[in-house]
Amino acid sequence: MRKSFDPTTMLSHITVDKVGVEERVARFQTRSIKSESKLQGLKMVLNMIDLTTLEGKDTPGKVQQMCYKAQHLHDVHPGLPCVAAVCVYPSMVGTAKKALSNSSVKIASVSTAFPSGQSTREIKISDTKFAADEGADEIDMVISRGKFLAGEHSFVFDEIAAIKEACGKARLKVILETGELSTLDNVRLASDIAIHAGADFIKTSTGKIQPAATMQVTYTMLMAIKDYFDKTGIMVGMKPAGGISTSKLALHNLVMVKEVLGNAWLSNDWFRFGASSLANDVLMQIIKTETGLYQSTDYFSID
Amino acid sequence: MANTNSSKIAPEWNYSPAPENTHHIRLEKKYQLFINNEWVAPSSKKYFPTTNPATEEVLAEIAWANDADVDKAVKAARKAYREVWSKLSGAEKGRYIYRIARMMQERAREFAVIESLDSGKPIRESRDVDIPLACNHFFYYAGWADKLEYASPAKNPESLGVAGQIIPWNFPLLMAAWKIAPALAAGNTVVLKPAETTSLTALKLAEIIQDAGLPAGVVNIVTGHGDTGAAIVNHPDVDKIAFTGSTNVGKIIQRAIIGTRKKSTLELGGKSANIIFDDAPIDQAVEGIVNGIFFNQGHVCCAGSRLFVQENVAERVIQKLKSRMESLYVGDPLDKNTDIGAINSKEQLQTIQKYIRIGKEEGAEIYQSGCTLPSKGYFCRPTLFTGVSQSHVIAQEEIFGPVLTIQTFRTLDEVIQKANNSPYGLAAGVWTDKGSRIFNLTTKLRAGVVWANTYNKFDPVSPFGGYKESGFGREGGIHGLSAYLK
Amino acid sequence: MDILKTYKIYIGGSFPRTESGRYYPIADATGKTLANVCLSSRKDVRNAVVAARKAFGGWSEKTAFNRGQILYRIAEMLDGRKGQFIDELMDQGISKSKAEKEVEQSVDRVVYYAGWADKYQQVASSVNPVSSSHFNFSALEPMGIIGIIAPQENSLLGLIELAIPAICGGNTAVVVASESYPLCSITFAEVLHSSDVPGGVVNILTGKVAELAPALAGHMDINALVSCPLGELQTSLALSCVENLKRNFIYTDPNRQGLNFITDLQEVKTTWHPIESIGGATSSY
Repeated sequence: MRKSFDPTTMLSHITVDKVGVEERVARFQTRSIKSESKLQGLKMVLNMIDLTTLEGKDTPGKVQQMCYKAQHLHDVHPGLPCVAAVCVYPSMVGTAKKALSNSSVKIASVSTAFPSGQSTREIKISDTKFAADEGADEIDMVISRGKFLAGEHSFVFDEIAAIKEACGKARLKVILETGELSTLDNVRLASDIAIHAGADFIKTSTGKIQPAATMQVTYTMLMAIKDYFDKTGIMVGMKPAGGISTSKLALHNLVMVKEVLGNAWLSNDWFRFGASSLANDVLMQIIKTETGLYQSTDYFSID
Repeated sequence: MANTNSSKIAPEWNYSPAPENTHHIRLEKKYQLFINNEWVAPSSKKYFPTTNPATEEVLAEIAWANDADVDKAVKAARKAYREVWSKLSGAEKGRYIYRIARMMQERAREFAVIESLDSGKPIRESRDVDIPLACNHFFYYAGWADKLEYASPAKNPESLGVAGQIIPWNFPLLMAAWKIAPALAAGNTVVLKPAETTSLTALKLAEIIQDAGLPAGVVNIVTGHGDTGAAIVNHPDVDKIAFTGSTNVGKIIQRAIIGTRKKSTLELGGKSANIIFDDAPIDQAVEGIVNGIFFNQGHVCCAGSRLFVQENVAERVIQKLKSRMESLYVGDPLDKNTDIGAINSKEQLQTIQKYIRIGKEEGAEIYQSGCTLPSKGYFCRPTLFTGVSQSHVIAQEEIFGPVLTIQTFRTLDEVIQKANNSPYGLAAGVWTDKGSRIFNLTTKLRAGVVWANTYNKFDPVSPFGGYKESGFGREGGIHGLSAYLK
Repeated sequence: MDILKTYKIYIGGSFPRTESGRYYPIADATGKTLANVCLSSRKDVRNAVVAARKAFGGWSEKTAFNRGQILYRIAEMLDGRKGQFIDELMDQGISKSKAEKEVEQSVDRVVYYAGWADKYQQVASSVNPVSSSHFNFSALEPMGIIGIIAPQENSLLGLIELAIPAICGGNTAVVVASESYPLCSITFAEVLHSSDVPGGVVNILTGKVAELAPALAGHMDINALVSCPLGELQTSLALSCVENLKRNFIYTDPNRQGLNFITDLQEVKTTWHPIESIGGATSSY
């Protein structure tokens, strides 16, 4: 059943102090992840990646190459996991579906007039249904940031609830595009709206706007997930996307998830990285950790 | 074959041990007194051990200065004051202080490791807080040495002479910096006594002072116990006593110097209120509570040990606080991931345990985090008490450990009254999103430092010191200079 | 025949007699009794401290400008009653020229501190550029209740020199008047009373210093003790002050005018608040 907007039960207005958040994040960044925990962490990161291509120039050829990489990250090194999913435009879902037919890698599709979301609800719903019908396991929608900033919170809520309904069996990730929300107070409010409207995941960014998935923003969203879980016992997933291109930053994100939400969230059912170039950096780190040699990009395939 | 997409790579992800390297530090087996830029054996011929509170192992033997040793140090300081330091220009004095600051920075890692070994504080704090702040304190005051005429509009600055300085064990090097830097900048010479459980970094600082070529006798460091401190306080040729420590000892010192020419500044105890309103940024407030009471194992005179939470959010705040306490790592101070290290000494651990017992006997409800403690060393779980009122002993007396008392309140007037309902007045915290309320509260709270929407922040430019029985005088900033000027 | 005036004490804006019912006579140079003066007791000190504590909140929260206005009003009233003060001083054996000079200086002092009321804060405060994202400033706040033992000589001027900077800075005061020359102090209380100074801000007791000063020094609700050198009494007073770490100021220099007479009785309070730096796409978050 579609959820309806009820501001009184949902949002006791929660304020966020940015400087306090920065200090908390700095603490995560001083965690020292060494030896066994580093290797384990890096493998987790690989397994949490939504390998992404979202460009106007995407072609079936490009998507097929990326889908192969998703399943064969670095075949010379056995025992590595594959990524969690590939993330493509709705028009490419069919191609990806075929390329990943025998794979456990999931297919995520952006929708709802990605990335701006500036279209009618009817178009957004049919956009979503098309992607789901083509075989997308996951839908990454964008919220209407203009409406949000204009104070039309119930519009934003209702739209998410409608898209959730249109998703059918597909899991819904709600992109807040935090780089356009201006304050962490807004990030928190938008997170609460998305979660209460039925999001399975909340996601920071489209990757088209800077800043994207900063740790401050991700932390704020994780706290919203934590509060909702503490109140209802329902888990919601988190996907920082955009800007996480190094192993170090990815590990800091894992530290943050572990310390805020606990080990239960440390699987690709509940945590994802939206990234295009992270995987190879992680692979290089893994090989470096095992061999002790610093690596060159020449030895890692680009797809 | 494709790689597998298992939903969980591992059942648990835990941090591997990340011990700080200790190979680079140099420690002597035995430390002498530092008088007149020389290492001098104590005329008492006595030494006492300093131990690592995390392992109970002896780190070094420390000289125990008696009256004669202190006299020797004061004489050296007097001579240096008369013949050298008071004759140098401000700019020249500043150069020396700058040089000390720079040399400390260069040896920051060594200082951090030794501080953690000797005091039990986590390496993350000694590395990121204590040592950088100590260096910066010297940098800050170095620049004042040739600008003293701007320091106080009401006075023509003149140095006092020989300053006797007695510092505590909670921030060993930082407190030494707080004392020595402004004293030197204002043109005084110094006899400093570190706390008996944490002498090492002050003695390492003495090495730097020697290396920096500071004129002999300008800074003298005499180690020892309470009797050594008393010898400084009672020495007739000391012009100034600067003390940081307990209110009880502060009062003894103050009585001892009555009728003498000695000026004094006292940084004493506290039982500071940390106040959370219902409109506060709750998650950051919880961090502030944690930082307020668990920073440095709660061995902080301005610790936010009395928490006041508005009743309509109390349940939520306490639940969040408990959950946050579970993510604090307690253990090896040298592990880079340790949040809470060792209690400084066996005696202090016993004091804390006594108060925890009292709290239980008073009927307050105890909660401690579920972490496992190392089998050796002096450790204490992060602890909080709910159902506390102002009448409880644990809400009145300074515990100086990781023990928080929580009281609820309903109205603004009530919480102001209760926050001020203490003989102490060192610090306070206020958490609210409403600016006008912050300024109302910050003016009504009778405390020398008020942190609004933050807690336990320190900076060389920021004056620190208390109202009422938390002592008098300020350290840090422009106001910290007047303690060393007449 | 002259009316023999009984000088009462000044507590909480009223002129009660001492609760002890004791008095002592003040004689002129010829030995003729001029007036009877209250021989205040420890209980009068207690009552005065209660009044001073009650008045502290309101007085310290008055605007600096307002305190300056009230101080200036004191100067005007004092000036208007110059003749009476000069006569009183002369009655107590002070020469005419000395009496005139003392009253003149007294008016000057009050005007001087009236001018400081809204300026000392600016001179002695600071904005501290900390190395983190916080706004940090240090400002002065009044200590609270100041116990004042007025000097024996220059009974009017001395009282004014110690009490006026205290209240200029928002403190309230309990004053022990000159034991030997108390008359002007009570007349000065009448000036305060008619100058918009709220009751309890300044409380003035007459009597024996040896009896009243220890009561002030030992009182746990007095925040600072101010005096000029007091001889042997000084050590025991200083010891009593330690009980609650009362700040104890003994002014030895006969020149008693300056900013430090205000700032000595102020606490430095440092306040921190985070600074949020928020921008658009260029923001760091």
